Amino acid sequence: MAREASTSRKLTYTVIGWSIGLLIFFPVIWTFLTSFKTEGEAIANPPSFLFFNWTLENYHEVQDRSDYLKHVINSVVISFGSTGLGLLIAVPAAWAMAFSPGKHTKDILMWMLSTKMLPPVGVLVPIYLIFRDYNLLDTQLGLVIVMTLINLPIIVWMLYTYFREIPGEILEAARMDGASLGKEIVYVLAPMAVPGIASTVLLNLILAWNEAFWTLNLTAAKAAPLTAFIASYSSPEGLFWAKLSAASTLAIAPILIIGWFSQKQLVRGLTFGAVK
Amino acid sequence: MGNIRLENVKKAFGDAIVIPDLDLEIENGEFVVFVGPSGCGKSTLLRLIAGLEDVTGGKIWINGRDATGEAPASRGLAMVFQTYALYPHMSVYKNIAFPLKMAGMDKKAIDDKVRGAAETLNLTDFLHRRPGQLSGGQRQRVAIGRAIVREPKAFLFDEPLSNLDAALRVAMRLEISELHHQLKTTMIYVTHDQVEAMTMADKIVVLRAGIIEQVGSPLDLYRSPRNRFVAGFIGSPKMNFVEGDKAAKRDAYAIGIRPEHMTLSTDDGQWPGTVRVSEHLGSDTFLHVDVEGAGMMTVRSDGDVPIDHGVRVFLTPDEAKLHRFDADGKAL
Repeated sequence: MAREASTSRKLTYTVIGWSIGLLIFFPVIWTFLTSFKTEGEAIANPPSFLFFNWTLENYHEVQDRSDYLKHVINSVVISFGSTGLGLLIAVPAAWAMAFSPGKHTKDILMWMLSTKMLPPVGVLVPIYLIFRDYNLLDTQLGLVIVMTLINLPIIVWMLYTYFREIPGEILEAARMDGASLGKEIVYVLAPMAVPGIASTVLLNLILAWNEAFWTLNLTAAKAAPLTAFIASYSSPEGLFWAKLSAASTLAIAPILIIGWFSQKQLVRGLTFGAVK
Repeated sequence: MGNIRLENVKKAFGDAIVIPDLDLEIENGEFVVFVGPSGCGKSTLLRLIAGLEDVTGGKIWINGRDATGEAPASRGLAMVFQTYALYPHMSVYKNIAFPLKMAGMDKKAIDDKVRGAAETLNLTDFLHRRPGQLSGGQRQRVAIGRAIVREPKAFLFDEPLSNLDAALRVAMRLEISELHHQLKTTMIYVTHDQVEAMTMADKIVVLRAGIIEQVGSPLDLYRSPRNRFVAGFIGSPKMNFVEGDKAAKRDAYAIGIRPEHMTLSTDDGQWPGTVRVSEHLGSDTFLHVDVEGAGMMTVRSDGDVPIDHGVRVFLTPDEAKLHRFDADGKAL
């Protein structure tokens, strides 16, 4: 009886799990399917799910109309650049807060996180004006700086959580063994924190890659990443659903592939230290 | 050479004073044990000597040199931690080699030293393993190996055996004592276990609330405790304390008598009482007796004493081994 009950419960959970998964994934799969339809079929009502004339026309047109590669390069530079810069600042910060916490460490962490709760549009005007005055509008550098700043609280928080899991005595042992601060970080802390650092990097890449508010507001043509590339298909002349979908598929494909291959690492990193 | 002198050492964490003012001299080659209840400041004191904490006041001299402001590594001391603190991503070999690598020693010399230490500690077969693949005792030996290769002026042990099971603890205790005889290096050992202190130390430092209550050899402390705290802390089972008439008769506020310094009889004796619990250990029997007018007392008897719960007995203290204390707890 008990075994039957547990089997049926398992089955229920499986069905619920799959349903939620499909629900979350539905927009992505719908976008993917729409990208192979003609504009007419894309807005047809009722929509057809699989039985339509599959075409690659949208992809050709998207390629012809805009320079996909340029946007990819911009996205890569912005997401990798901001992640690298963020790590450079966050590793020492998280190290200091995890291993020599002061009276106000917790307050600082909460304050940093609270900045993420502010609606970005609230600071759009001042940041826009600063960018204009320093000639940072529509530059890769400008976006790298903004992405670093908006994601820094999350990077610091994640690294702080991972570092806290490393017993302080191990670092003290390294200090007794004659390791300088630099060697302590390189030989002991970093190797032990690799899973944590890797998942921080991955999450930050995804966040920076998908960010649309700042990239749309601070770029025009030169530094526009893939998010701006997608948005360009929603123009005053009308919505081109099929082409928009093709552009979206192209934009999310790289990060989706990275995410797919690193999902184990990502889940491990995100749940690291959750049970202890 | 490993002579360590603490001069007016003070330590406070914010407003909390852990060590008010402490002086201590540790001679070269001595095995010194800091013992005391938890929170007495013994680990803090060790960390001050190691340089892992900064003193709030006072000076620490190592081999006649003022080491107060020196970094941990430049003090020439090695530490073995309670949690072993091995580097989990490195093999046993690399763990032991780490301090030598940090010192910039060449590979050949490192190899010789690591293999030498591994042989001393019976670790040769495990050199390629990671700490996670070792038992608790083996891990502790690796931690000791990492300390030995540095040839330190002194070894600092911070409750190194408290994570091991009882049998292994006894075995490691012997190994550490043997190591001390072999190396003849100064060792400072922190523990809350008075049995470890008694069995290993040349000199015991009993601490309470950051203050040294008494310093001396294990037998000195056992025979002539300076106050009631030391008397109660050293010796197992604990010394029995009696106040009131029985103490007043002997011109004291309180008297103390160790369980092994009383004789037990079922016929007659000075203090009648009833056995509440009897613990048969084979070699000894510990009887917990509810003594009339004095409360619970523990007495040690032969292993084959057939006395159990509820039996009426008489205890007679050996007057020559009785300890007398005044109202402040000082020995008279």
